[in-house]
Amino acid sequence: MLKAVRIDSLEGLFAHIPDDCRRNENLDVPAHLTEWELNDHMDTLAGSMAISPDYKVFMGAGSYEHFIPATVPFLLGRSEFVTAYTPYQPEVSQGTLQAIYEYQTLTCRLLGMEVANASQYDGASALAEAMLMAIRISRKKTVAVSRAVHPLYRRVLQTYFEPTGFEIRELPYLSDGTTDLSSLKDMNDLGGVAVQSPNFFGCMENVPAVKQALENQKALLVVSFSEPLAYGLYKNPGQCGADIACGEGQSLGIPRTFGGPALGMFASKMKYVRNMPGRLVGETVDLDGRRGHVLTLSTREQHIRREKATSNICTNHSLCALAAVMYMATLGGAGFKELAQINYDKSEYLKSALTRAGFKLPFSRATFNEFVVEFPAGFKKTYQRLLKKKIIAGVPLDDFYPELKSHYLLCATETITKADIDTLVQEIKK
Amino acid sequence: MKETPGTTGLIFNEPLLWEKGKTGRTAFSLPRRDVERQPVDKNLKGNGPDFPDLSEVDIVRHYIRLSQWNFSVDSGMYPLGSCTMKYNPKTNERQSALPGFAMAHPLLPKSLSQGVLQLMYELEQYLTEITGMDATTLQPAAGAHGELTGMLLIYAYLKSKGTPRSKILVPDTAHGTNPASASLCGYRSIPVKSNERGVLSPQVVDELMDEDTAGIMVTNPNTLGLFEENIKAVADIVHARGGLVYCDGANMNAVMGIVNMRELGIDVLHLNLHKTFSSPHGGGGPGSGPVCVRKELEPFLPVPRVMTKRGKYELSEDFPDSIGKVHAFYGNVGVMIRAYSYIMSMGPDGLKKASQLAVLNAAYIKDNLKGTFHLPYDRPCMHECVFSDKLQEPYKVTTLDMVKRLMDYGFHPPTIYFPLVVPGAIMIEPTETESKEDIDLFIESMKAIAKEAREHPEMLHAAPRHTRRRRLDETAAARKPCLSG
Repeated sequence: MLKAVRIDSLEGLFAHIPDDCRRNENLDVPAHLTEWELNDHMDTLAGSMAISPDYKVFMGAGSYEHFIPATVPFLLGRSEFVTAYTPYQPEVSQGTLQAIYEYQTLTCRLLGMEVANASQYDGASALAEAMLMAIRISRKKTVAVSRAVHPLYRRVLQTYFEPTGFEIRELPYLSDGTTDLSSLKDMNDLGGVAVQSPNFFGCMENVPAVKQALENQKALLVVSFSEPLAYGLYKNPGQCGADIACGEGQSLGIPRTFGGPALGMFASKMKYVRNMPGRLVGETVDLDGRRGHVLTLSTREQHIRREKATSNICTNHSLCALAAVMYMATLGGAGFKELAQINYDKSEYLKSALTRAGFKLPFSRATFNEFVVEFPAGFKKTYQRLLKKKIIAGVPLDDFYPELKSHYLLCATETITKADIDTLVQEIKK
Repeated sequence: MKETPGTTGLIFNEPLLWEKGKTGRTAFSLPRRDVERQPVDKNLKGNGPDFPDLSEVDIVRHYIRLSQWNFSVDSGMYPLGSCTMKYNPKTNERQSALPGFAMAHPLLPKSLSQGVLQLMYELEQYLTEITGMDATTLQPAAGAHGELTGMLLIYAYLKSKGTPRSKILVPDTAHGTNPASASLCGYRSIPVKSNERGVLSPQVVDELMDEDTAGIMVTNPNTLGLFEENIKAVADIVHARGGLVYCDGANMNAVMGIVNMRELGIDVLHLNLHKTFSSPHGGGGPGSGPVCVRKELEPFLPVPRVMTKRGKYELSEDFPDSIGKVHAFYGNVGVMIRAYSYIMSMGPDGLKKASQLAVLNAAYIKDNLKGTFHLPYDRPCMHECVFSDKLQEPYKVTTLDMVKRLMDYGFHPPTIYFPLVVPGAIMIEPTETESKEDIDLFIESMKAIAKEAREHPEMLHAAPRHTRRRRLDETAAARKPCLSG
């Protein structure tokens, strides 16, 4: 091939690069490993991680352990899904396109919304994009966000807003674990209000009350979430009046993988579709009149609108969306409802076991599969002792909420057994 | 001509999910109940989602059939320019699926997550070394997210020096997402025309660069597949006026071990792990867009950062100037594992060889198709080459017609109508992982299509013929959007 291009060495291919732009020293990265060596090395790294069933992990806080049925990884592993790119050429991408169209549809049904996309990276960036969208629609410059929204989502929102000059106001939380809406009445310059439900404390917000508080205001109601399985049991954002619903879809068949890849779910009312960030798949017909799917409404997007685009998003988290739709299809409506009920039952059992043992649950509001416990001062030591017994007793909250000292967020999904819960409570009591 | 991979065959029809199934079916095994059912607050209780009820066989057939309607790297050559559709080694999939990684909770105590922290720390070091920069963040979840992060860094850095400024220079040979990423940070894009050689000329940058311009966003090698030979002079001008140079490193696959980005005068650069570092594209994601910076910008990188202390790895928030967080946790760790696995498998010589072969393959295609297709910039190319449909104009055959026909031959089309500086552009990036036989077959197919354009243009207008669907009506899709069923 070198002869065909009339060059005598591989180095010669780069002769046109000016000398002072050339790298003289070799790359200083480790010498190559054989596949055998690589497997050993990676097994060692992965082997140092604390995972179930070796550890009993009572952690949620935006990343949930759910059983992944064998159909999902098996089907998701199909090379034709994994090693394709964005479906720019619809004639040879109908598989990805129909699967995303189905994802959009099931997401709308799950969230009670009219239009959904598969383009956001995670629950945090989905919230940031939702608030920017609310500002575009309302043409206001201020948004309000509940302090009970995931603290890490709020930090990402802050990063996105920093150079824009838009203002973020925080709404405090009440003693029952839901958002204090009393100050909303006096804010009439808002473009959007975001609450999370279930919120970071696991509590179901009174979303219809937020909707009511926004009556006669231009502000859009944004409902965020980190645990969509909750909508198998509770009313979804759409039923509660959300204009935009956005959140994290990791629960739907996606392994936690230390926080990513995750899935930013994003849905809104149809009237706002032209302000929506990210790519959409629509139904159409081919030259012979047969049903097919294409990327559509791309006039909103960065590669056409350039700097006037609704966002810079170019990716769609397609493979994660596929995992989610395969998971939703595997469960079906009845399976999804029952699994949600089981999550609720397990965490209610954990709640009652902890209360019986004399620990305080500070927030009275209904929860889904996680909730806050106030342990006695000095619980840190107990927490460390439990780690040695391979039990991770939830997520400490004082890093996120300095006022919630000795408060822990505990989660019990369907993967936690009654025996695990009994052991946890016994060990804490010791 | 040897037989091409494209052929006809039995392809199954398959309805939409909710057109299948029957009430009461499920493919899910619920856990045995060991706790009692608890009552739920009536005011909050909902009806649950209206999902179709399907059996396991319903679901498996559904997705197997759908998958067969897709073209993928594992089925054939995918020379989509600027997307680096290289083969994705299967060992990477094994590594990222290891339960220790896949099942790890992101908020695990640091003592129980040393393995993944070590991997992230070392990957940062390797990417810093490969680009020649000083520090790296792995947090951005995609290329465009990396661009946004990079612009946020530039904004924060300039603000700390006094003012963030209001404009940014974006060449016409830069990637399409660049202006939108800049405008999210409040920057107004100022287009910069490339010269007759397809690269930036320092004089033009000199005229546009002023004290209110934050800097320039270049793509190097650029979207014409050309090395920006004046990059150092351009960087000097921008730096002299207090600006910074951003480099879209999506095309890093051409220059691993060949150039040092910091020495070119680059201040901030993003990488695409799903391009250069071989993680699969997944139908459009998830990707990963690490950002590498010079020392001066390091204090502004997103938090938490992975640090080492007495042989242990930890996550530190202790960077008061940081732009904050761009991802709820640490980015797309699953993609990082694949990239790490790739770098470890390749070693320093393998990485450099990959770039050399990527350039050789592109140069070979360029030389062989020159004359058959119009080559607007007849110069040594890097990892991709850009042709146009100018020579086919007399036959009323367009780029779109030709690439649709290419599907019938069993190849994925190249990137088309981009970059915008070449009308009717056909942008071909073969990558290093295609064999000479497959590249020769691609070249022959392109030549056969050029011949068909002259002799049977109607055949190209009607292409593709072998795919499951013929050309789709995109106008109708946009006019009356039907976005869910």
